[in-house]
This record gives sequence, C-alpha cells and structure tokens, in this order.
Amino acid sequence: MNDEPLVRWDWIARNWDNGGPSAIKTLLESHVVMALLPVVFGLLIALPLGVACARWRWLYQPTAGLMNVVYSLPSLVLFSIFLSVTGLTQSTVIIPLTFFTLAVLIPAVVDGLGSVPEHVRQSAVAMGFRPLRRLLQVELPVAVPVVLGGLRVATVSSISLVSVGALIGQGGLGNLFIDGWQRQFYTPIVVGIVLIVLLAVLSDGLLVLAQRLLTPWSRARRRTA
Amino acid sequence: MNWLIDFFGNAANWSGSDGIPTRILEHLEFSAAAFLIAAVIAAPLGLLIGHTGRGAFIVVVSANAARALPTLGLLVLVVLLIGVGTVLPVLIPLVVLAVPPILVNTYEGVRGVDADLRDAAYGMGLRGRQVLFKVLTPSALPLILLGLRLSAIQVVSTASVAAFVGLGGLGRFIIDGLATKTYSDVIGGAVLIALLALAVQLGFTLLNRVVVSPGVRQVR
Repeated sequence: MNDEPLVRWDWIARNWDNGGPSAIKTLLESHVVMALLPVVFGLLIALPLGVACARWRWLYQPTAGLMNVVYSLPSLVLFSIFLSVTGLTQSTVIIPLTFFTLAVLIPAVVDGLGSVPEHVRQSAVAMGFRPLRRLLQVELPVAVPVVLGGLRVATVSSISLVSVGALIGQGGLGNLFIDGWQRQFYTPIVVGIVLIVLLAVLSDGLLVLAQRLLTPWSRARRRTA
Repeated sequence: MNWLIDFFGNAANWSGSDGIPTRILEHLEFSAAAFLIAAVIAAPLGLLIGHTGRGAFIVVVSANAARALPTLGLLVLVVLLIGVGTVLPVLIPLVVLAVPPILVNTYEGVRGVDADLRDAAYGMGLRGRQVLFKVLTPSALPLILLGLRLSAIQVVSTASVAAFVGLGGLGRFIIDGLATKTYSDVIGGAVLIALLALAVQLGFTLLNRVVVSPGVRQVR
C-alpha cells in the first residue's frame, strides 16, 4: 500500500534500548515475565491437582469439564473481565494465562500418571515404596514425557497469547503491533512477530533439552533397541 | 454486575448498525465464512495425508507455527500490507489460524485408527478410497470433530481480536469500550463473546452425539 520497506534496521537499532518504556528490550523483558510466570504458576498448581484427579477419578470429570470451558474462552474475553478486577497491571494478563496453562497441564498430568505401566507400579509396591515415595520417585518421573509435552504446548501458547494483552494495555512485545498499526509502520510489527516466534522456538528447545536430561533412560533404551 | 445491567439494560444497545443483534450476526458471518473455508481446505488435506502417510511434515510444521504465531501481529501485518477497507485481508489470517487444528486432528485421527481394522477392510476387498471413506473416516470422526471444534473456537476468538483492525462483530464492544473507557461495554461484549464460544462448544458436543457411530463411541 506504500513504499515503506518491511524492515527499517536503523529503527531497530535506535529503539532496541532507548531508555524509555517502549524500548524493544524493555518490552521483551516484560513479555518474558508475563508469558513464563503463568506457566510456572500453572505447573505448581496442576501437579497437585493432577495427582489428586488421578488418585480420585471422580474428581477428574468435573475438573476436565471446567478446564474445557475455560479453554474455550477467548483470551481477550478473560483479559477484559480481569481488567475490571486487577486494573492495568501485569496480573490482568498473568492470571488468565495461568488458567489456560492449567487447562492444558491438568489433563497432561493425569494422562502422564495414567501412562505409568501397571507392572512398574507393582514393582515399586513390591520393593516397599510407600505411596508418597512411589509417587515422587517412580510415578512422576515416568510421567515426565507426557507432562513435558503439555508444558511445551502451554509455554508456546502463553508466549504468543501475551501479545493480545496489548489491546488492554499490557502486551509486552504485542505493544509493537499497536504501535505499528497506529503509525502504518511495518518494522515494529515484524520485529514483534519475529521476537515472539524466536522466544517460542527457544523455550520449546529448552524444554526438549530438559526432557532429555530428566529421562536419561529413554535414550539408553533406544540405544539398546 | 452493575456494568452488565448498564450494558444489557440500555435499549440503545439493542438496535441499529452497532446494536447487539447486528454485532452478533456480523460475528457469526465472519466466523462461519473463515471456518468453512478452513474446513474445506484442511479436512480433505488431513484425510489425504493421514491415509497416504505422505506429507506428514506439513502437519507438524503447521501445528507448531499456528501455536507460536501471535494472532494480533499477523492480523495487523496482513491488513496493513493488503490494505484496509474490505473484509478479505481480515479473513486471510482468520483462515490461516483456523486450518492447523483441523489438519492436525484429522491427520492424527486417521493415523490412529487400529491397523487391524484397516487390514480387515482391505482383506474384505475394499479399495483404497472405500477404506478411507467407509472405515477410516467414521472411526476417526471423534478426533476430526475435536479439530473442527478447536478451530471454530479459535475463529470466534480471533474474530473478536480482529475488531481492532476494523472488523465488525462483538469484539467492537470491547475495543471501542476500552478506547472510550466505557467498561460496561467492555464487560458486556466479553460476556457475549464468552456465551458465543460456549454455544459453539455445546453445539459440537451435541453434533458429536448425533454423527459419531455408537460403536466408535463405546471404545472411547
């Protein structure tokens, strides 16, 4: 629509760290905080809840139903509703994203614990493991691949969803989209998209690495197979 | 609660080109168009890739890209590039984001059908296409419907964000309400979109009951 180039490198250089609140670096930092805190909170809440749902199956149906409903709500809707409760703070983004994380992670924890083979559980019992130690030292480690699979989905979604928060004034890198739109200026939009995708790819890679470190046996088994 | 009374109790909100009924119709119209285009592209492609096993990497890439790509950024960029004014530039990102859930779940559904079942179908003399449509598709239907449901919800959600780049629909209440600090409009709009999303969810649950063969349902 105009002759504006897609990327103006000098704009990026000038605004990377311009000292103001709209510096790309500052936005990147707040983006990381708003995207990753929900994942951390979500994991801390989902682990005990998931264990409880796996232990008492009657809990799972209502919890899963509720999470399904939460997951179907658009992020903009939850942000708008929380805006009236928590105002123009980072919590307005962090709390709804924590719910989305829970919606992904609770089923992952339950499925993960369900993936523990019965003979493994019985061996642990036969070796004298009490329920708590069996959970912490046998069942949860075996569940790691499934839980981490959920964690990867939650992390990547969270990183991209934060940007919608820009519409309510708290969007980290999403603010670049608003800026670019208002000034009909491509560069900030492209920078925002690229940084968000890079952040997502990097986090996903770190989680894959974490899975390799946490489940050394899966590699050993593949080597012997 | 007062906000809800302000919003839903205001007679002016119920009529005219920016009234609730008009906005709901607009929202449904854009969402349905984007969803149908996406379904027509993604469902056959998912069936084909799942059946032949060729091109599976497309599925993986599209699933990851769809999750990582920021909706708002994509919308703003495409609309700025193509130009404001028509619906087309907004429809493109809506379709792009609606394709992956259908594609991935249709593919997974067809791949996940018990190999014995497939072999039995071939053994009974069915041809490739007959196996796909008479055996694989009905068996994969629960997952295909899940993909369609996730996609429909994604569309309803993205269409609300699209109000920012000038699309009508229920998102307008939120975006305009935020701009003018009329929080009753923001909350009212949010509640309407939430109800729409839940209606979609409920609709697919009912559809699942009707179209999925009882035999397939029992296994799950």
